[in-house]
Amino acid sequence: MTIKHFHNEMTDDAGRVRPHYASYASWLSEMPEERLAQKRAEADALFHRHGITFAVYGENSGTERLIPFDIIPRIIPADEWHTLAAGLRQRVKALNLFICDIYHEQNILKAGRIPAEQVLNNAQYRKVMQGVDVARDLYAHIAGVDIVRAGQGEYYVLEDNLRVPSGVSYMLENRKMMMRLFPRLFSRYRVAPVDRYPDMLLKTLRSVAPTGVADPTVVVMTPGAYNSAYFEHAFLAQQMGVELVEGQDMFVQDEQVFMRTTRGPQRVDVIYRRIDDDFLDPLAFRPDSVLGVPGLLQAYRAGRVTLSNAIGSGVADDKSIYPYVPEMIRFYLDEEPILHNVPTFMCRKKEDLSHVLDHLAELVVKEVHGAGGYGMLVGPASTKAEIKAFREVLVAHPERYIAQPTLALSACPTFVESGIAPRHIDLRPFVLSGEEVQLVPGGLTRVALREGSLVVNSSQGGGTKDTWVLEA
Amino acid sequence: MLSRTADHLYWMARYMERAENVARILDVNHRMSMMPQSAVQQEQAWGATLRIMGLEGAFHQRYAEISPDAVLEFMVFDQENPSSVRNCLRAARENAHAVRGTLTSELWETTNGTWLRMRDFTPEMLADAGASEFFEWVKYRSHLSRGVTIGTMLQDEALRFIRLGTFLERADNTARILDVKYQLLLPAGEVEGGAADYYQWSALLRSVSAFEVYRKVYRDLITPSRVAELLLLRVDMPRSIARCLKEVYANLCAVANDQSAETERRAGELEAQLRFGRIEDIVRDGLHNYVLRLLGRVQDLGSRIADDFLVPVS
Repeated sequence: MTIKHFHNEMTDDAGRVRPHYASYASWLSEMPEERLAQKRAEADALFHRHGITFAVYGENSGTERLIPFDIIPRIIPADEWHTLAAGLRQRVKALNLFICDIYHEQNILKAGRIPAEQVLNNAQYRKVMQGVDVARDLYAHIAGVDIVRAGQGEYYVLEDNLRVPSGVSYMLENRKMMMRLFPRLFSRYRVAPVDRYPDMLLKTLRSVAPTGVADPTVVVMTPGAYNSAYFEHAFLAQQMGVELVEGQDMFVQDEQVFMRTTRGPQRVDVIYRRIDDDFLDPLAFRPDSVLGVPGLLQAYRAGRVTLSNAIGSGVADDKSIYPYVPEMIRFYLDEEPILHNVPTFMCRKKEDLSHVLDHLAELVVKEVHGAGGYGMLVGPASTKAEIKAFREVLVAHPERYIAQPTLALSACPTFVESGIAPRHIDLRPFVLSGEEVQLVPGGLTRVALREGSLVVNSSQGGGTKDTWVLEA
Repeated sequence: MLSRTADHLYWMARYMERAENVARILDVNHRMSMMPQSAVQQEQAWGATLRIMGLEGAFHQRYAEISPDAVLEFMVFDQENPSSVRNCLRAARENAHAVRGTLTSELWETTNGTWLRMRDFTPEMLADAGASEFFEWVKYRSHLSRGVTIGTMLQDEALRFIRLGTFLERADNTARILDVKYQLLLPAGEVEGGAADYYQWSALLRSVSAFEVYRKVYRDLITPSRVAELLLLRVDMPRSIARCLKEVYANLCAVANDQSAETERRAGELEAQLRFGRIEDIVRDGLHNYVLRLLGRVQDLGSRIADDFLVPVS
């Protein structure tokens, strides 16, 4: 499938270079392709040497891959970013208010703005969190919101990731790599720096420590060195100067969490956990989890430790809840949403389902609980047989699916085998909620490297780019 | 610091040190095999190499007979042999990977880079380009990682556990080298001073970078008991057991916790015995038995350190 009309980040429909890319484009035009290829090879070698890799499951142990890095940056003008940032802050504020409401009074359900069964029967709704108070009433301290541009370049929110969003280390490493490969480019542009993210994250985590803890001990909790995002876990712990712990390093005594150190047990106050709810505590969730800490939930419910993000945050980032986020913004903040949702059909609704079934060849159908680009149908890219097979699954379990129009994602020039060619991209900025709601100017730009592909996930052959937000 | 972190640091250092020592032992044998010697002597020498590491049994399970190529392949590349250079460098890297956030980026990249390069070597390359060049490379990478450790790591607990691993492993390895070579070169009752002896003893000294040191310290002929003294008791000799124990004791004191008093006492006791020991007494009572007891005490310290600070050996 090739989408004919899409927004090109660098050039307009007439092929003229957009003003914010002008200086870059002239630099690029003077750059021979061999030189670009050489720079890309240099980047790959550096990423390997630094070990900025991810482990691949099911292959020979020790197999590690790079996420492909593209050396052509994605550039966002200051005014566009200004709007985006305001919209993101607004959205994440509302999402946190929603989660808090759901686990307390449930006013939004009582007001009938969201069907109660949608929320309470959701697999991500955690009954154990009902009535539990958390520091500052904040649940999603770290949010990675996926944003795309479609049509003439309007921005849409595609997904709110409120569980354990990853990728921020690539945002930081990509910038470091670009500055190393092309130092002089940075004198042509005023690119807003992103490197204070780890400081901001630490400050955020400390600000949501349990009340009464004066000098909180923060840790990053990882499933271990073989997890695909391990590099990021180690990176963030190191950048913040805190311990990187595994479940086996911690234990709970008298509802207090401790870690085993060379000087005996040390108290832990805030756990930035990069592990799903289900694996946190074998006593409370999956009993076969060897990654968690027995008794952690009890300590958490007693308010003796902060988990970041909070247990049960996933209730707000589920694809079946997504269509209601604009309603949340109106309900809690009494504001109009700054950022738009992608129009979404909920297949559990009869009229939506029949529309979806009639237009399968044009729509993208996604599993409500799916992630990583698995279990979805991209209508225009599918064969008749694939659509037919999917139709049967959909009719059998409509409640498991939503559908959206196939968005003509914007594309950015990318250095691929055939030379420089446009490839579709998205953007994941990271929003931090603690004493204040803030974000560094930038995010992770993912790029679908295969020609025509709209799937940017690294598990599906996606790569990344440095993201330049320009200063005004 | 997390006990598990300390454990990884300690083993990272131990494996890197072990890789270096295996390379040293193989290198000296490789050089000696270029001397005129009988097939029996040759086999004895390579067999001794396996005995040093306690790997004779494992070797014979996999190879029919001892030959230089078979021993080299087993000790450098064999994936089943936990002490092969390849596996040591890999284990050092895996341990470093597990605590990469605790290491300086220079140290991580050095350790990672060593492993990435190791994967490129093949037995054929060793045969073609000369094994000595490879052993030089291993030693050089170990020197580099030690230099980067000292040159970049904050002098806190992390560094202490790395140093503990380095010196405990080195004490063990030096003791083994001395013991096996001593038995091989000077069977009980024989008098020192044979014709080939000079090469043999100087090769032993070279394997622990002690040839020039010996010349400087003794300014005299090479004799077995002086070699033993140098490797056991000379505190100023960086690979001697006395030196290693001095470092072990100092680093242990720096990380002491509520339950480690007995471990410190034992380390201190051993250190003092080495410092004040006399080579005449040791030789008179039998060097082999002395070294065996020494190895036992070094291993005891290792398991006590694991119990007191690290992840206990189950």
